[in-house]
Amino acid sequence: MRGNHVIAEAAIRAGCRFYFGYPITPQNEIPEYMSERLSKIEGGVFIQAESEIASIHMVIGASMAGGRVMTSSSGPGISLKQEGISFLSALELPAVIVNMSRGGPGLGNIAPSQSDYFQATRGGGHGDYRTIVLAPNSCQEAGDLTYKSFDLADKYRIPVLILGDGMLGQMMEPVELPPEIPVKRLPPKEWTITGAKGRPSRFIRSLILDPFEEEEHNWKLMRKYEKISKEELLWETFSIEDAKMIVVAFGTAARIAKGAIKRVREEGLKVGLFRPISLWPFPTKILKEISRKVKHLFVFEMNMGQMVEDVKLAVDGGAEIHFYGRPGGIIPTPLEISRIISSYYYQKKLG
Amino acid sequence: MKKVFSRPKSIKKNPFHYCPGCGHSIIHRVIGEVIDELGIQEITIGVPPAGCAVLAYFYFDVDMGEASHGRAAAVATGLKRALPDRIVFTYQGDGDIAAIGTAETIHAASRGENFTTIFVNNGVYGMTGGQMAPTTILGQNTTTSPGGRKERRDGFPIPLSEMLAVAKGSAYIERTAVNSPSNILKTKRAIEKAFRAQMRGLGFSLVEILSPCPTNWKMSPVEACHWIDEVMVKHFPLGVIKDITGEKKDVN
Repeated sequence: MRGNHVIAEAAIRAGCRFYFGYPITPQNEIPEYMSERLSKIEGGVFIQAESEIASIHMVIGASMAGGRVMTSSSGPGISLKQEGISFLSALELPAVIVNMSRGGPGLGNIAPSQSDYFQATRGGGHGDYRTIVLAPNSCQEAGDLTYKSFDLADKYRIPVLILGDGMLGQMMEPVELPPEIPVKRLPPKEWTITGAKGRPSRFIRSLILDPFEEEEHNWKLMRKYEKISKEELLWETFSIEDAKMIVVAFGTAARIAKGAIKRVREEGLKVGLFRPISLWPFPTKILKEISRKVKHLFVFEMNMGQMVEDVKLAVDGGAEIHFYGRPGGIIPTPLEISRIISSYYYQKKLG
Repeated sequence: MKKVFSRPKSIKKNPFHYCPGCGHSIIHRVIGEVIDELGIQEITIGVPPAGCAVLAYFYFDVDMGEASHGRAAAVATGLKRALPDRIVFTYQGDGDIAAIGTAETIHAASRGENFTTIFVNNGVYGMTGGQMAPTTILGQNTTTSPGGRKERRDGFPIPLSEMLAVAKGSAYIERTAVNSPSNILKTKRAIEKAFRAQMRGLGFSLVEILSPCPTNWKMSPVEACHWIDEVMVKHFPLGVIKDITGEKKDVN
């Protein structure tokens, strides 16, 4: 199955019954699949909205009503959704947002790129907030993480971002799909806006004029973010046991890096891979531990250097960090990366 | 003793924060009366805007979900599509609906989204201190149209309700005012008609209400009510703009 289709089908199987979106390449297969699939499910709602801004606010409405809801887009469209993502965060509403990112800034191009790392992990919207960001590197993982992200969104009442790229969205791989959850068996939500039948009326708002109250709301969000930072970390390691140097990469770049590492390993270079899967929360602690043993980290990204800042924060001067990036939608080959890795490896006199 | 007048059940016992002579309090009350009379308090969901009525959830005793500036129609779309048997209304000012939220509103009307919009038109951005609104009439003084709104510099005011009447998905659109007892009664009847259109599943309904803003118009409340009659209605004529509720069969 194609990556975009896997994400859409996994969402349906996780109980997503509401999808609002707007066309943009390279993610159009998600709304196309959702429009077909949701039209055949009772209670399924698909709207092709007039804009990305409208679609994210339709997400807010359906989420207030208690539904499992998703939207998807690519870089320029995600920029427009940032207003809604800030409101989802403030209103503590669950939602799943997929970004099949592309080359940027501006319109850029439709080739795979990782240039939206900052936007995803720092939040491009206003205010003090965090969103969970998961970065799959295969169609199987795209399905599994999408499925999981609905549970995470509900558990913490938080928007969850799936950060992929055009490569992940377009490539086809065999996948094992997760089982379908009957929507009626999902745990009830006690905070929804459904009409005050048999209970006092309630409201969901983000305007808190009293600075002391707003501060308390911010601290409440902070406590939630701290809990997530401890409990929801995801990462993968590959060949790190004897490694003298570790490549840190996420998503598509990690897949390319793994191919490169296999090549240099054949030449006897002791190189491993650390792949953060949750970009926020970033697996800081585990990377810090690794940097106690391995003193050379090679960060490879398909951008001008964004995640490298989180790597630096994590190791806090405990290791030497080298960065290599290819922005603009370039997909380097494993051969290119293996040459760069080995040249750095010998330069540092590791072999 | 027989009780002849009381607070509507759908209005909470919180004192309004609105300025003296402001139309919002009257409009809140009238909506509350209609909700009570239709017996829909338990199934009604309101969407307040950003603007003077941002705190509407402190006043309406129904479930309320806040929208950001201009996005009420999109939030209401999500709510109503998820809960089609509830009654959903948005409450929006002129800046909210006719400037920043124009796209959301026109498309919701065109899709025939089955909710009701209460559009309060006082021709200024009230909460931010009286700047020019999309409905500020030519010649009207605001803090950002000094010397009066000029067409060459500021463009023309937008007749949003007339524009929405053209949309195939709208079922009922009326413009009223709350500057006199008879106009308030007409407003109440219009809101009731709009809610009934929604209950019948007929599509988008909207009531635009010309509402006094003495504070930002720099007038006394009485002068503001007269100004609506003497000036504002010439640009925004009162009456039913679209009504297909008689022609259409119930969709529910």
